[in-house]
Amino acid sequence: MKIVVAVKQVPDTATQVKISGADPKAIDTAGITWIVSPYDEFAIEEALRIKEKRGQGEVVAVSLGPDRVKEALRSALAMGCDRAIHLNDPAWANADTLATAQALAAVIKQEQPALVLCGRQAIDDDMGAVGAQLAEVLDWPCASWIMDEAVDADAKTVRVGRQVEGGLEVFDIPLPAVLSAQKGLNEPRYPTLKGIMGAKKKEIKDVKPGDLGLTPGAPQLMVKKLEALPARPPGRIIQGEVKDAVKELVRALREDAKAI
Amino acid sequence: MRIELTDEQAMIRDMAREFAQEHIAPIAAEIDRDARFPHETVKRMGELGLLGIMVPEAWGGSGADTVSYVVALEEIARACASHAVIMSVNNSLYCDPVWKYGTDEQRARFLKPVAGGHALGCFALTEPEAGSDARNQHTVAVRDGDDYVITGRKLFISTGREASYALVFAQTDPARAHRGISAFVVEKNTPGFSVSKTEDKLGIRASDTAELVFDACRVPAANRIGDEGKGFHIALATLDGGRIGIAAQAVGIAVGAYERSVRYARERKAFGVPIGEHQMIGWMLADMATAIDGARLITLKAATLKDAGRPYTKEASMAKLFAAETAMKVATDAVQVHGGFGFIREAEVERHFRDAKITQIYEGTSQIQKLVIAREVLK
Repeated sequence: MKIVVAVKQVPDTATQVKISGADPKAIDTAGITWIVSPYDEFAIEEALRIKEKRGQGEVVAVSLGPDRVKEALRSALAMGCDRAIHLNDPAWANADTLATAQALAAVIKQEQPALVLCGRQAIDDDMGAVGAQLAEVLDWPCASWIMDEAVDADAKTVRVGRQVEGGLEVFDIPLPAVLSAQKGLNEPRYPTLKGIMGAKKKEIKDVKPGDLGLTPGAPQLMVKKLEALPARPPGRIIQGEVKDAVKELVRALREDAKAI
Repeated sequence: MRIELTDEQAMIRDMAREFAQEHIAPIAAEIDRDARFPHETVKRMGELGLLGIMVPEAWGGSGADTVSYVVALEEIARACASHAVIMSVNNSLYCDPVWKYGTDEQRARFLKPVAGGHALGCFALTEPEAGSDARNQHTVAVRDGDDYVITGRKLFISTGREASYALVFAQTDPARAHRGISAFVVEKNTPGFSVSKTEDKLGIRASDTAELVFDACRVPAANRIGDEGKGFHIALATLDGGRIGIAAQAVGIAVGAYERSVRYARERKAFGVPIGEHQMIGWMLADMATAIDGARLITLKAATLKDAGRPYTKEASMAKLFAAETAMKVATDAVQVHGGFGFIREAEVERHFRDAKITQIYEGTSQIQKLVIAREVLK
């Protein structure tokens, strides 16, 4: 069974994001440590577990982005993915979620996997759109935010549990399908030293739009401007006797903050 | 000159960092207090390939280099020095010599399980009367047909209780003094071999330091590593590599203490400002950061020389000396930065202080390192 995992490289969760001085539509990438988006790590882990459980198969990691994205793909290979595909071209520099989904769909049509896994959203822009858009472009069924999955013995259907308020919603979905991973699906493994040393020997194939018969046009979704969050106003400490302070607090909440 | 890790080395460091911060750091205080050997996390370190880093894959190891070993070990030590010594002894003092001096048959039997992390190894050189004076070996191995019969006592053996395999040094020809020393692998449960006690220590308390007793312990001649009389050479060459490991451990201890200090200096206020803004504290932090960087660089230099197959005895001793002295100084100052709180167990900084001390003592005291360096300088 072949599984494609779509991964995105994002700034480390500890990054203090700053808006670029040179380009108000972009963040300042100087000094950022890049990682595989954590939800995508759940997707990679689940793909590897499916392969291990079945005793055979292939897991292919795919990512779209500039040269630095090779590091994220290398991490996926170190975890155990068999090979990787890097959609790397300046024409994709401003790709929005739809253009990304179209590019991924084109690769997936070539690869013909039985299953596509991705994270429920990337932790940088939190759009959470690519998985569902990808399924739409492929015209495959889709389940988002899955917490549980079981592919049947013939790899014809997958039973998934989706997280909903207070429980799991369980579906049987015909394959091929697109699933997006929610936290709790599994605990991603650490790459072993052997995995890290072996990742160098695995293939990362560079793919251009032309290889997929695509000519990416202008994105439909364009960032006009990024704005930093307004600074939080300082807190106010109400002094005085408790009896008076409580009265003043209630008045301030009612009249100044209009919170009650 | 390039000062940059390769992609693989950086990934190995990151993996070790994440694993250590998520799984080792949270239990470090508890296993130190209870002097409890961390079986569960050590097993996971084995699965990740951290216990046989420099051994080729064919012999159960990870096939990585000494630089990878150093950066990974620093990360483990930063979280817990006890885990670091277990890792260092297994990699440097057991796997390295059995790989280097063992035959393929010996590698298959004695190296593969240990490099793969399925069992642990230890290095038994020190005796009651052979510490810095390591030549003064009283343990004897008498040839008897196809066996040797080993009798003697080994003291202060790291991982001595938990190890399944011990690399033991013994006199096979006492008349030839240190040229009559040979090395043997002795398996746990060999009749005549026992662990007589586990020490109660100041630091690295979760690692077991044990006394091994050999009472007419019969070991097949096939367990002898290297030729008769080559044991002392094997021990010294092994300790050169081991010193790089202890240097990395010392750097990690220093980093752990330093990071707590920086955090505390930002949070703790005195005279209306965070204490880091007081020059006396700021300068202590500056000295810590500078010494740590220096210690790390010499350690990486020694590792790089070893990887290049060049002589590294002097650099390994320099790294071990400078890193150990740095760890002790940084950990001492770290307690000072924390003031009264630093003296309290809850702050955890006193653990780094207690752990740092051993790095100035084992695998050659700081004084012995100076002897080695002086000898190399005057060569």
